[in-house]
Amino acid sequence: MADQTLDAKGLNCPLPILRAKKALKSLDSNQVLQILATDPGAVKDFEAFCRTTGNTLMKTSQDGDVYEFLIKKT
Amino acid sequence: MTNEANAKSMSLIVTKGSLDWAYPPFILATTAAAMGLNVTMFFTFYGLPLLKKKLNMGLTTLGNPAMEMPMMGMHMAMPNIVSALPGAGALTTKMMENLMKKKGVASIEELRELAIEADVDLIACQMTLDLFEYDKKDMIEGISLGGAATYIEVATKSDINLFI
Repeated sequence: MADQTLDAKGLNCPLPILRAKKALKSLDSNQVLQILATDPGAVKDFEAFCRTTGNTLMKTSQDGDVYEFLIKKT
Repeated sequence: MTNEANAKSMSLIVTKGSLDWAYPPFILATTAAAMGLNVTMFFTFYGLPLLKKKLNMGLTTLGNPAMEMPMMGMHMAMPNIVSALPGAGALTTKMMENLMKKKGVASIEELRELAIEADVDLIACQMTLDLFEYDKKDMIEGISLGGAATYIEVATKSDINLFI
């Protein structure tokens, strides 16, 4: 499903966003980045990040303390 | 990062260089850059030492009654008379650094490195450099020097202007 996975577990704001931006840079258009994070603030932040950058937030889900985000690069 | 002509932009005036106050400007600058904004940071007065090659930030609870540290399931504030004791500042700094490491908060060194990587424009205030007798040689590479007019020009073209 995802072309690349970023493990941002244990990282606090703004590192999950900064690491995601870096990972997205290495992807091609339409490829999907999976991000795993434990920062609850990342939920709203990835929504805002995607709205502003134009990338598509395909999925947000939670499994215990871990949040999963799928972002498709525009 | 995305230096498109139509990209949004942000400028920040950084006036404080203690360990706690160094965070808001660097967090906002790196995040804005990651979101495609062109970012300029103008370092003046006590913010200028944040451009030194070797960072040496401290923290004091003195005169900061709102500062509480989590401790043994509670929150502890330090009375000013205790904060003023020799070593209290160093102790508070150490505690904050440990707490940040434990909570996965980036170091200022790391955020500054990320800001440079993201092409954030770093401007050191020339007047502050002269006033406090800093040497540009002690500052990191890639910064430029400027004054009030330099900042105002950037600010007039920026969508967001913050004073921190």
